[in-house]
Amino acid sequence: MTPNLHLWIIPVLALTGAAINGFFGKKFSRQVVAGVALAFCGAAFAKALVVAMQFSSLSLPYTETLSPWIQFSGFQVDFAFYLDQLSFVMLLIVTGVGFLIHVYSVGYMWDDPSFYRFFTYLNLFMFFMLTLILANNYLQMFIGWEGVGLASYLLIGFWFTKDSAASAGKKAFIVNRIGDFGFLIALFLIIQHFGSLTFTEVFSKVAPLAPETASAGLLTAIGILLMVGACGKSAQIPLYVWLPDAMEGPTPVSALIHAATMVTAGVYMVSRSHVIFERAPMALTVVAIIGTLTALFAATIGITQTDIKKVLAYSTVSQLGYMFIACGAAAFSAGIFHLMTHAFFKGLLFLGAGSVIHAVGGEQDMRKMGGLRSKIPWTFWTVTIGTIAIAGIPPFAGFFSKDEILWKAYQANWVYWLVGLVTAFITSFYMFRMWFLTFFGEYKGEAGGHDHQGSHGHGHGHGGVHESPMVMLVPLIILAVLSIVGGFVGVPEALGGSNHFEKFLEPVFSGAGTEVAGELSQHANHSTELAFTGISVLVALCGLGLAWLLYLKKPQLPQRIADSMGSLYRAVFNKYYVDEIYAALFVKPLLLGSTNILWKGVDQGVIDATLDGSATGAREVSDSVRHMQSGNLRSYAGWIAAGAAVVIIYMIWVGR
Amino acid sequence: MVPLSYYLVLSGILFACGVTGFLIKRNIITIFMSIELMLNGVNLSFVAFAAHWHALSGQIFVFFVMVVAAAEAAVGLAIIIAVYRTRETLNVDKVNLLKL
Repeated sequence: MTPNLHLWIIPVLALTGAAINGFFGKKFSRQVVAGVALAFCGAAFAKALVVAMQFSSLSLPYTETLSPWIQFSGFQVDFAFYLDQLSFVMLLIVTGVGFLIHVYSVGYMWDDPSFYRFFTYLNLFMFFMLTLILANNYLQMFIGWEGVGLASYLLIGFWFTKDSAASAGKKAFIVNRIGDFGFLIALFLIIQHFGSLTFTEVFSKVAPLAPETASAGLLTAIGILLMVGACGKSAQIPLYVWLPDAMEGPTPVSALIHAATMVTAGVYMVSRSHVIFERAPMALTVVAIIGTLTALFAATIGITQTDIKKVLAYSTVSQLGYMFIACGAAAFSAGIFHLMTHAFFKGLLFLGAGSVIHAVGGEQDMRKMGGLRSKIPWTFWTVTIGTIAIAGIPPFAGFFSKDEILWKAYQANWVYWLVGLVTAFITSFYMFRMWFLTFFGEYKGEAGGHDHQGSHGHGHGHGGVHESPMVMLVPLIILAVLSIVGGFVGVPEALGGSNHFEKFLEPVFSGAGTEVAGELSQHANHSTELAFTGISVLVALCGLGLAWLLYLKKPQLPQRIADSMGSLYRAVFNKYYVDEIYAALFVKPLLLGSTNILWKGVDQGVIDATLDGSATGAREVSDSVRHMQSGNLRSYAGWIAAGAAVVIIYMIWVGR
Repeated sequence: MVPLSYYLVLSGILFACGVTGFLIKRNIITIFMSIELMLNGVNLSFVAFAAHWHALSGQIFVFFVMVVAAAEAAVGLAIIIAVYRTRETLNVDKVNLLKL
């Protein structure tokens, strides 16, 4: 007998925090606002931990129905929560990392005049994210999906007086709409063909279907449309363009929403729908191709970026690509594993970057940093751990998850593996480039720091480069520890572990990979896997070495290389002109069409013209008739007499 | 016996005279008299029809008209005197303060 878990408490706690701060936060002192936000977010985390303690005694999957929501002839959607191993992992990541980032934000945002607004949005985000991962049907998931999009919009545009922030928020929202459109169509198809949106019902109806071997079919269509939705939310080609711009938001937001949790919603959704994807190899191929392309593409852009947050943003896009490679190879547990470790080390890296930015008074350009190693030692060491973790050097978390993905990718198709390997090299290179530029060499910023009055809210005077307060460092340290040990839950058998993580998720993904990658893995032996592990470690070390050579040993070399590469370097530096191409292909035509046809044509030409025309017409008619009302009494009498005469003549000549 | 048409033609002529006077005259007293002329033209047709059809209702209408006309004359003349006292003119075209 499964006890009632009252899962609904978890999202509602976050919502309560948002409501209290949202309605009354303006009157509260900063301490109270921070207290409320942390208390409710922490309570959600505590509740998640309580669930974790009961976990072994639960019979999963566990469903908790609150009330019916939509009911009509044979179709029903409930307000209900669903817990299985997958959503449990997500629950712990979201509440845990979310809580740490809340703590960090208290320090980071302390000087911001809209302190309470920030925490309202942050708690609101937590509510929607928890709704998304705990939903037991696609519709409730969609509510959370849209809600995190809203929270993301609000937080990207948090400093909305800055034009670039406001337009970045809009860009994120609009690009996400395109993805949501695909998601919605997929939901409509599911309703039409399976008559339900509840996960268990849909999947039990899909499960008996044979894999759609040839080209297209219903499941393939649903799968690809779901992937379109995931592309929007998880920033994959072709919809990734919003994520780098989203760095206009405060750094904790970049860490929480645009690295650790929200952007992984697409991966979660695809993994959740694995039953559909497994029966649509075509859709899986699409997922894998999008993942590989994005991973490589974004990584190459990451090499040339100079803004510390932009590097991390492109790195996030690239790492999300990895997760989709895993999903595309039907290795969903590997994807979720990487999702988890990525949440740790990328959250850590973003918070570390925030700490660096805080230290140098709002500067984000890495070329103006350098030599910060000894000045902010805690930040330095934690970021170092994060960098090593993301580069894939053992025994840090990223190594295990990335290695797992590469191994599974190789089993699906060696091309995925090769591109993944190249990406791993580039990842290692640009991450260590960032590391060297920021922490080594000479400090190249303005001496003594300056009073930064700009967008980052560090309005108070900075007495030079300084370490962040404890409230910011503690989350860094905890995440650093997680980045070190987080990988050990999934040590593969080839390395003497037993891959607990994959076994843990097995009940969810049972059957996953058997159709696509199953045959190979039977034959592949551990020595091959070890060889592959060796290669990826080697590649990561090569990246480190190259970064060391270029940015520490011979710092004048990168400029020479850039000069000799010429147009190629410029193309990469300008992000392959993707934004410009999109602007030319979609934004400009839409803008022109909207301006000339919809605005000036339809709105002004038809709607306004009709209304204005009727008003003008009425006035002109009145203008001409108005002269009859002269105020001259005798002219009125004349009209009456004339009218009477007309009536009489009519009666005499016509009416007889 | 005078035929009915004679009375009606006379009534029409009287009414037309009244209308014409009302339209072309500017003196307020003359306009007032023109109105009386129109009323009496109508009165004449009423009594002519009453005599022709041997019905009393026409004559009763005439009494009503005469009563109203008397009341109107009383009020109207009072207004005219008041107008003359304040504006020192009886020309209606000059009594146009309310005109836009």
